[in-house]
Amino acid sequence: MSATTLPAPASYATVSYGLRSWLLTTDHKRIAILYMISITVLFVIGGLAATLMRVELLTPGGRLMDDATYNKLFSVHGIIMVFFFLIPSIPTVLGNFLVPLMIGARDLAFPRLNLASWYIFMLGAAFMLWAIFTGGIDTGWTFYTPFSTSSSTTKVVPALLGIFISGFSSILTGLNFIVTIHRMRAPGLTWFRLPLFLWSLYATSVILVLATPVLGMTLVLVALERVLHVGIFDPALGGDPLLFQHMFWFYSHPAVYVMILPGMGVTSELIAAFTHRQVFGYRFVALASVAIAVLGFLVWGHHMFVAGMSVHAALIFSILSYLVAIPSAIKVFNWTASLHRGAISLDTPLLYALGFVGLFTIGGLTGLFLAALAIDVHVTDTYFVIAHFHYIMVGGMVMAYLGGLHYWWPKITGRLYPEIWGKLAALTVFLGFNLTFFPQYIMGYLGMPRRYHVYPAEFQVFHVLSTAGASILAVGYLLPLVYFLLSLWHGQQATANPWGATGLEWQTSSPPPPHNFVDKPVVTSEPYNYPTREPAHG
Amino acid sequence: MAGQVDALFWFMFSVSALICLGVFGAMLVFVVRYQRRPGNEVAQRLGPTTRLELSWTLIPLGLALVPFVWGAKLYLDMARPPDDALEIYIVAKQWMWKAQHPEGQSEIDELHIPVGRPVKLTMISQDVIHSFYVPEFRIKADLLPDRYTTTWFEATRPGEYHLFCAEYCGTGHSRMTGRVIALGPAEYAAWLQGGPTLSPADQGRRLFQQLGCAACHETGLAPNLQGLFGQPVTLTTGQTVTADETYIRESILDPGAKIVAGYQPIMPSFAGRVNDEQLLQLIAYIKSIGPQPGGQPSGGPPPPGPALTPLPTPAATGGQAP
Repeated sequence: MSATTLPAPASYATVSYGLRSWLLTTDHKRIAILYMISITVLFVIGGLAATLMRVELLTPGGRLMDDATYNKLFSVHGIIMVFFFLIPSIPTVLGNFLVPLMIGARDLAFPRLNLASWYIFMLGAAFMLWAIFTGGIDTGWTFYTPFSTSSSTTKVVPALLGIFISGFSSILTGLNFIVTIHRMRAPGLTWFRLPLFLWSLYATSVILVLATPVLGMTLVLVALERVLHVGIFDPALGGDPLLFQHMFWFYSHPAVYVMILPGMGVTSELIAAFTHRQVFGYRFVALASVAIAVLGFLVWGHHMFVAGMSVHAALIFSILSYLVAIPSAIKVFNWTASLHRGAISLDTPLLYALGFVGLFTIGGLTGLFLAALAIDVHVTDTYFVIAHFHYIMVGGMVMAYLGGLHYWWPKITGRLYPEIWGKLAALTVFLGFNLTFFPQYIMGYLGMPRRYHVYPAEFQVFHVLSTAGASILAVGYLLPLVYFLLSLWHGQQATANPWGATGLEWQTSSPPPPHNFVDKPVVTSEPYNYPTREPAHG
Repeated sequence: MAGQVDALFWFMFSVSALICLGVFGAMLVFVVRYQRRPGNEVAQRLGPTTRLELSWTLIPLGLALVPFVWGAKLYLDMARPPDDALEIYIVAKQWMWKAQHPEGQSEIDELHIPVGRPVKLTMISQDVIHSFYVPEFRIKADLLPDRYTTTWFEATRPGEYHLFCAEYCGTGHSRMTGRVIALGPAEYAAWLQGGPTLSPADQGRRLFQQLGCAACHETGLAPNLQGLFGQPVTLTTGQTVTADETYIRESILDPGAKIVAGYQPIMPSFAGRVNDEQLLQLIAYIKSIGPQPGGQPSGGPPPPGPALTPLPTPAATGGQAP
């Protein structure tokens, strides 16, 4: 299938050189690389903030830094990681690179809009970095009113503007994916022949397009109240502070699924590729993504069980929160069943996928604790919640992102990374992650509030464990950065399909030519059409 | 309540641990057993999956109802303070807690309570949102700047417990902490002796006179407040609202917002003239006056504590922590 008989066509990466050819490209693959570099830098900034926090938390007295500095650090960490790393991560890097390749298209539906999305994202990031480096922001990533509108004296408006602007990048990317998946599939590629990654990205895109505008409006209202004193959220001006929480979580809860659905999609791809078989219950897994996207819009109130919401509303949001967990449970069971009687090759990407399933299961189950009203009253706004969402977002999404990067790295760069280092890094990340965040569940249940840098001494032992884990985790993240970079020069050349995987992206050369395919692909078979044997005793 | 929340927690923990063991165990066994190797080069074809899918959709769905119902039941209990609860007012601001006892004591960043008696907190914030959190009692409730919220608990053992602000409220958030000190009945009685004894209701009555409220509210120009608390009030718009703490607060600060049917909007705003402590005193006074003819369940007969007691001589306000 690889075009070895033809004179080797230049790949997308080598077809032209120079900064200009990258900054003015409309090739989805190059734009994916632009995003990859950008969000890696932002991840490092968010990670540095976390590092300083973890060092500060080694001692209970808050001696290393003053209150304001710590508050700015957790705000920077949250804002950067949520809005400028997790939300763009898999969609803009792996999604941008793979959506056209996986459906046999030459590019996304709107290539120039795609480049514009990156510039918008960078403009938003620039505003955010400006806010951070010219005084910082201390509202947390949640911007609760009336603190953010009337009390904080930090650079709230530039930060809001940064998120507001980058929101348009999310909306346009979502729109681009939706149109592309609808309109540009290769002949024969029906909806139920789509790779599961695309189902999850499609669901993600729907959320991005529908929810992000609400966030944008909410942030504009916060800015209006802060600058012009229009009374919307601050009771002193005639506003209602809970209105903000409803509007914020109406976006931010669906956004949680933006931060996990793409990871689920990657995991499905990895499990199929390394068991050499279709994922168990393909249609259930595909439709579960859609169910999560829909139900995810109906559960925002579970962030507000102690906020002064009506008891009746709390009951409804509690039961809906249990419902939204069901499609996730379906996925976990299907991934597990997919391993049964597969032909498993335990390569680095599968290690990440298995880590994802394990950590996501723990994160998801502890989410059910939070959906149980009486338990939520006790543990909300404690480290229990911190541990829960880091199991989903770091244990889940970041693991999946790394797994996906390892799986598609040969396709993206045409190079192989050293497998032994890959496995070592995956194990380091897994161990470091659990040591960082598992103690946080315990101290959370014992009552350690979040956003505290001065804390009672009885919690210190858990903080010390957590910081030790974070050090290991940092090494785990640095390793791939090093060997990925080295592989660009020293890595072995990758063939078109090093994993022996199905999927159209593996039918073109590695790295792919500028227009992806030499001959337009035609799909004639079911997805993940690996050779199988009949049941043994059948 | 703490024991009941823990029971639900351990139930969920056990079920979750079993699920994790099952899933992780199965993953481990499958990964070891179905390695790609000679004799297992290709996977076995998948059989029909629908029955399995339905079972692992429906069983978790049924299972999820247990913690939902259990958690909801406890939550409803938390939302309903017992009628005989001791009512303490809490006013929070950046970055301190102020408590006002029905017997007259007030304290800062400390809350003395008797063991074995339910304590109801009626709370408000003076600035941003705060959250009253005592891990030992497994309770937490946000304090909002525009309306009263309540929570309740009952200490069963004497001791000192952490009080945290759980909602991020700015620079000093992690220092907005305090102690809840649960005392045995004798020690609590002794502690009560130590401070000023003008009850909030009595202070409210003084304010009511000082601010000239009586000039209208006791002459028919404005609604009579006798027995008002907890009763439905009909407005000029035809709407009916319940005269609860938040309604009374709004009527003092923004009298034009809700006009009682049959009266003129003549009352001036007292915003800026009374602070949050004084508002709570006025509310305590209004709660304390008059029998409640209908015997509304929300209010109940006024407990003996905060009812009118003879005014003691020392004009003690703004109490000190003992």
